[in-house]
Amino acid sequence: MSKTTPLYTRHQDAGAKLVDFGGWQMPLHYGSQLDEHHAVRGHAGIFDVSHMTVVDVSGAEATPFLRGLLANDVAKLKAPGRGLYGCMLNEAGGVIDDLIVYRTGADSYRLVVNAATRDQDLDWIDTCAADRSLAVAERAAAVMLAVQGPDAVSLTLPMVPDALRESVQALKPFHCRQADGWFVARTGYTGEAGLEIIIDDARVALDLWDELIACGCRPCGLGARDTLRLEAGLCLYGQDLDEAHTPLVSGLDWTVAWEPAERDFVGRAALEAQRNDGATEALAGLLLEDRGVMRHGQRVLTATGEGVITSGSYSPTLGRSIALARVPVDAHGHCTVEIRNAERRARLVPPAFVRNGEVLVDLGDT
Amino acid sequence: MTEAPDNLKYTPDHEWLRLEDDGTVTLGVTDHAQQALGELVYVELPEAGRELEPGEACAVVESVKAASDVYSPLAGAVTAINDALADTPELVNDSPYADGWLLQLRPADPKTLEDLMDPEAYARFLAESED
Repeated sequence: MSKTTPLYTRHQDAGAKLVDFGGWQMPLHYGSQLDEHHAVRGHAGIFDVSHMTVVDVSGAEATPFLRGLLANDVAKLKAPGRGLYGCMLNEAGGVIDDLIVYRTGADSYRLVVNAATRDQDLDWIDTCAADRSLAVAERAAAVMLAVQGPDAVSLTLPMVPDALRESVQALKPFHCRQADGWFVARTGYTGEAGLEIIIDDARVALDLWDELIACGCRPCGLGARDTLRLEAGLCLYGQDLDEAHTPLVSGLDWTVAWEPAERDFVGRAALEAQRNDGATEALAGLLLEDRGVMRHGQRVLTATGEGVITSGSYSPTLGRSIALARVPVDAHGHCTVEIRNAERRARLVPPAFVRNGEVLVDLGDT
Repeated sequence: MTEAPDNLKYTPDHEWLRLEDDGTVTLGVTDHAQQALGELVYVELPEAGRELEPGEACAVVESVKAASDVYSPLAGAVTAINDALADTPELVNDSPYADGWLLQLRPADPKTLEDLMDPEAYARFLAESED
């Protein structure tokens, strides 16, 4: 039996096509995922992301615990109100999940992890936290909304509690503020400016949803969420990331905090071995120079060896297919992708295609 | 959901066919098919003149979600294709039975059209295959 979020009836009323995602009934789109995508790039869209897992970790040992659990270093969060993106690894250095962790107090943190990996993430955290002086509490009843796009912050500002308004206006990326049952962060999964908001009281969240829609913010589903994040070059756990691959071969070497060298974390030894040997694969971007759509699992043939598409789709902004692919570390230039028994020409590019409404790739003479 | 027009024939793969006055047959995909596929981004059509066998894949409709083959239930030669779909594939979503037609063919044997499902049979087929 699928779970539903407190916004379920809103989605039905708005004509959503609902699909199962990680055990949740979620809107795939509300009529046009292409229009929803363009609305976020050009104006503002709102996503119900309440299926994500919110976990609060607090206690005397919270900081050393998280410094040992995560490949990025929470000690970088020198004061409450800051967050960072990184991975939680297994002993082999494989990615259990990617997540954002915010420091909410001297000894308290909020982790936002994926919906589909909730059970294994919580089991892993509980196992690692055993016998430590910690409280680990999931916020299962909270509603999480993402408002994304060039107009997202200005549309949302009048609606946040007075106590938060000034600080939310000044929020820097990955920073957050909390008050009156609201948690607001300058983060997102679309490559546009925006906010991710966690609200304890579902009725307050429903009011925010209604007010934002009334102001012209477009409701957007998982279809647009996927094309937006792929254009932005952001990884999707289960496609670009999984337990069999380390951050170093998944384009996330920048999220591993090697310094200070004395900080041990789960998977460090395995990562160091791979770094010392030199990783043989890397995550690249692909631009298809032909009709058709690249998809997960398709073979990529480069001049220096074979690779595989990890995430492929159609880019509404670019009007052609784009993908992320795991390829030999020295692959560059043109390659071919095996699409439905035909070899189609593609070009390797840095793995980010559109950010803040701007096209980052040279579209060439395609 | 657009109701399946009653002057068309239907296949279990959700194609519709219409016999024209000049003996050619126009082929497209049904409203059910375009809803299941989602918004189309590419349509691949055969070349005019190509000879089709019954059950042969003759076109591809591709959405953000997936690519899907379109089959001709009849043998025949392709006489025309809908050029508008190269720039505006979403015509198939917006108007699956009219502006979103895919191709026309001259059937080897027009009588084979009669073996296909009529609108009521297609409606029953859809109802029975619902989860």
